[in-house]
Amino acid sequence: MATYHLRTPLSEEDVRRLRVGDIVYVTGIIVTARDSAHRRLLEIVESGGKPPIELRGGVIYHCGPVVEKTPTGWRVIAAGPTTSARMEIYEAEVIEKLGVRMIIGKGGMGEKTTRACREYGAVYTIFTGGAGALAANAIKEVVGVEWLDLGIPEALWIFRVEEFGPLLVAIDSYGRNIISENMARAREKRDQVVGRLVEIIKSKHNLRELGK
Amino acid sequence: MGLDDSPGASTSYNDEVINGVVEALRLAVTNLPPDVESALRKALEAEENPAARAQLEAILRNVEIARRTGRPICQDTGLIHYYVEAGVESPILPSLRGILLEATRRATKTIPLRPNTVDPIRHVNPGDNTGRGVPIIHWELVEGDRVRIHVVPKGGGSEAVSVLKLPPPGRGLEALPGIVVDAVLDAGAKPCPPTIVGVGIGGGADTALYIAKKAASLRKLGSKNPDPFLAGLEEELVNAINSLGIGVMGLGGKTTVLGVHIDYAYRHPANYPVGIVFQCWATRRALVEISPGGSIRITQ
Ligand code: SF4
Repeated sequence: MATYHLRTPLSEEDVRRLRVGDIVYVTGIIVTARDSAHRRLLEIVESGGKPPIELRGGVIYHCGPVVEKTPTGWRVIAAGPTTSARMEIYEAEVIEKLGVRMIIGKGGMGEKTTRACREYGAVYTIFTGGAGALAANAIKEVVGVEWLDLGIPEALWIFRVEEFGPLLVAIDSYGRNIISENMARAREKRDQVVGRLVEIIKSKHNLRELGK
Repeated sequence: MGLDDSPGASTSYNDEVINGVVEALRLAVTNLPPDVESALRKALEAEENPAARAQLEAILRNVEIARRTGRPICQDTGLIHYYVEAGVESPILPSLRGILLEATRRATKTIPLRPNTVDPIRHVNPGDNTGRGVPIIHWELVEGDRVRIHVVPKGGGSEAVSVLKLPPPGRGLEALPGIVVDAVLDAGAKPCPPTIVGVGIGGGADTALYIAKKAASLRKLGSKNPDPFLAGLEEELVNAINSLGIGVMGLGGKTTVLGVHIDYAYRHPANYPVGIVFQCWATRRALVEISPGGSIRITQ
């Protein structure tokens, strides 16, 4: 479990050094995108257009922030991660076509993303789910916002961050995916755990025991 | 009758109640209830897995920052739920619905909360956390002249993994362990574990989910189920689920759930509804109590 401090844009070398379980702090630019923004990014690429911000070597953050309008722009109030599973259908293509090097989210991602990370040199990291105030502390500036027509949570927010983390590498560029590996181990215990509970309920004796 | 008795005066009285509800929402979204925080600290003390420890430390640091800076604990400030115990003799009863709507709007602007309500047909977000059917208000009429309002801003990540099952009634309670354990496995890291699992058994299908959500979000951690059998079953379920090793944010370790809370209602002979609702570690709740004289107390 090594700790890294990285600056954006990230190179392939930067992310190839990272292994699952490592901790990363990122300084530079990160861009939020949720379901609708992912869909729109891919539509743009398909029609031969350019996204509103360069994402080559970039960092995409699964996040719908709480923001406040100020006289000069925007202020971020809370900005923790959202569940990444919803972006699984888009992410492999986003990594491939847009050259994104790091995805930040929570809850884990699937096989397609894991394959894309290995093939194109990218990582999926998690920021502690629910830690919206901690995240906002590391966001120093709202550099811009695009696609506000999607609504505030779904828009593309461009943040300048300092030491954004701790980010834990959950999928590295070597095919490891610690959350799905861990969930597979948990599933193996399912029948035994359920069987034991059913026995406890079935047994009249234990019913009384439980009643004590 | 002077001008002070005009509707204007009663509006200003309502204004105090509205502000009371806004302050309760503020407390709920910025301050983790003490029972949940102490359960998280205990989980950290017991944890040996370094990744899980790092996550718990980040959670506790986040809780501290939110409390100190008045920022929401989590950016998903949820759909606002109000559980109202309305004393039938309370003078504010006729205006209470309006008060709750206005408090929701004000809180959204002033705290601020994330505008989360979306029309499912037309995809429009009014931007103030209201709309058809929301905020969600559950009314319970009680005797007396007091009103108690439990405010629960509940996030979408933990709501998304809710489960309703109607197993064959013949299997009865024996079907429960499989349903609960499968729900936890399917939820995985999505509801930001450690979570509190609410289990509602019986009633109609809607009852099962309703009591499950109340058990998850309103009942305090560490409180004992008054039914000794269920209290024992809750403990067995907690130990069984935690032995799966899903762990904080799905990274492994000792704590996946902080508690399992079971409630039940009588059922139809042909149905055995089981509702499961998760409350993420970021448990947002507070209680506003309004006396007939208008004095307001806010607790967690
Ligand atoms: S599941 Fe809870 S803690 Fe996690 S992001 Fe949603 S509201 Fe926040």
